Amino acid sequence: MFDAPGSSPDQAFGVGELTTLVKQALEGGFPPLWVKGEVSGFKRHTNGHWYFSLKDASGQLPCVVWARETRRIPAPPDEGMAVFARGQLTVYPAQGKLQFMVDALEAEGEGLWKKAFDALKAKLDAEGLTDPARKRRLPRFPRAVAVITSLDGAARRDIEAVIRRRHPGVDLVLIGAVVQGEGAPASLVAALDRLARWGGADVAIIGRGGGSREDLWCFNDESVARAIAASPVPIISAVGHEIDVTIADLVADLRAATPSVAAEHAVPILAEVQDQLRRLGGRLADALEDRVAAERRALATQLERFTLRATRMVERRRARVQQVAGRLEALSPVATLSRGFTVARDAEGRTLATRSAFAVGATFDLLVQDGRVRARTESVHDDAPHLPSRA
Amino acid sequence: MSFEQTLARLEQIASSLDRDDLPLEEALRLFEEGIAKLREANAALGDAEGKVQRLIEGASGVFALEEES
Repeated sequence: MFDAPGSSPDQAFGVGELTTLVKQALEGGFPPLWVKGEVSGFKRHTNGHWYFSLKDASGQLPCVVWARETRRIPAPPDEGMAVFARGQLTVYPAQGKLQFMVDALEAEGEGLWKKAFDALKAKLDAEGLTDPARKRRLPRFPRAVAVITSLDGAARRDIEAVIRRRHPGVDLVLIGAVVQGEGAPASLVAALDRLARWGGADVAIIGRGGGSREDLWCFNDESVARAIAASPVPIISAVGHEIDVTIADLVADLRAATPSVAAEHAVPILAEVQDQLRRLGGRLADALEDRVAAERRALATQLERFTLRATRMVERRRARVQQVAGRLEALSPVATLSRGFTVARDAEGRTLATRSAFAVGATFDLLVQDGRVRARTESVHDDAPHLPSRA
Repeated sequence: MSFEQTLARLEQIASSLDRDDLPLEEALRLFEEGIAKLREANAALGDAEGKVQRLIEGASGVFALEEES
């Protein structure tokens, strides 16, 4: 009378039939939902799927994360980690097993993000890629600044505005990239590759404006980090806000808190550079002026010393001349005359010094102290008086 | 010589000129060099009206810069 399915051996379900029915009932009765528990027995299958159980004091739930879903989860969970899993409750008919198909997994607090971050950081640290000694000095006066970011993002506008304000002469070269979502890492790596092969930029800014942790996650990607570390052009990273520190920041040559700050680091203020040039020009002119003044002073000192020596020399000569003049004066007949002696001279000016020089009746001149006396020889005698010795 | 090198040379010249033991002839030579460098640096700053361009990579890997509005 009763022929409801399963009500009698005749009506027995096939196993697969029943498990499929249960599966359908379960999936229909439970929409996708969040479950919290501790991770137990985590296994990563060679085909990329993750298997584990969620446990609490009174229950256990077998979980699977398909390989393609694992890519959206920053890191596999640790054993015993308290997590939140979102997924669909189902039955795995082949084993008749309850199964929770997880498509999102979050640990308490920073959990998995921090774990992934720390793991990559440790790896890059070990390779020396985050070593501060690797960081290059940025050029102080770049001619061209490359910007790798979304072409229609806020970061691009901010950077452009700051650079224009500081230094209108610098060229800005935009290299568009996807900065969030699944394709972002590959797009950023491609942009960095273009930057390197083009070779026209003196410095580059890579980054984006603020966003959720998931939005910024591409800047924690290993391939992006390696491309930044390998860049021949110095890189300034500028991801999100002040508090957001990414792996990109650790390998870049400089981490800027925001895109605007990155722009400030990238270019100098033109007016300040011009001031510096003016100061340098002033220093050159002052130095030369001082130098010329010093030379002039040295010349004046030399001239003074020369004049002094010349004057002294003239004075010494003058003194000697006077001395000689004194002696000459003493010898001069004029001096003798002044003492009352006279000298007789004939018309030719010859001194008449002996008797024989005088002819009786001839005229001669007597030189006296204040003039000349014309005289005539009356007679000549040999009884000469004694002359006084020369003065 | 890059702008940075030019500036460094200028600083060096200014420091040398500040010394008294430099022969006058050398001082004059340095001064002239300094003035030339200053002129160079000012020209490098003055000639630029910066552009905003987009880097475009062509199919054959040839790069072009496209003016942005």
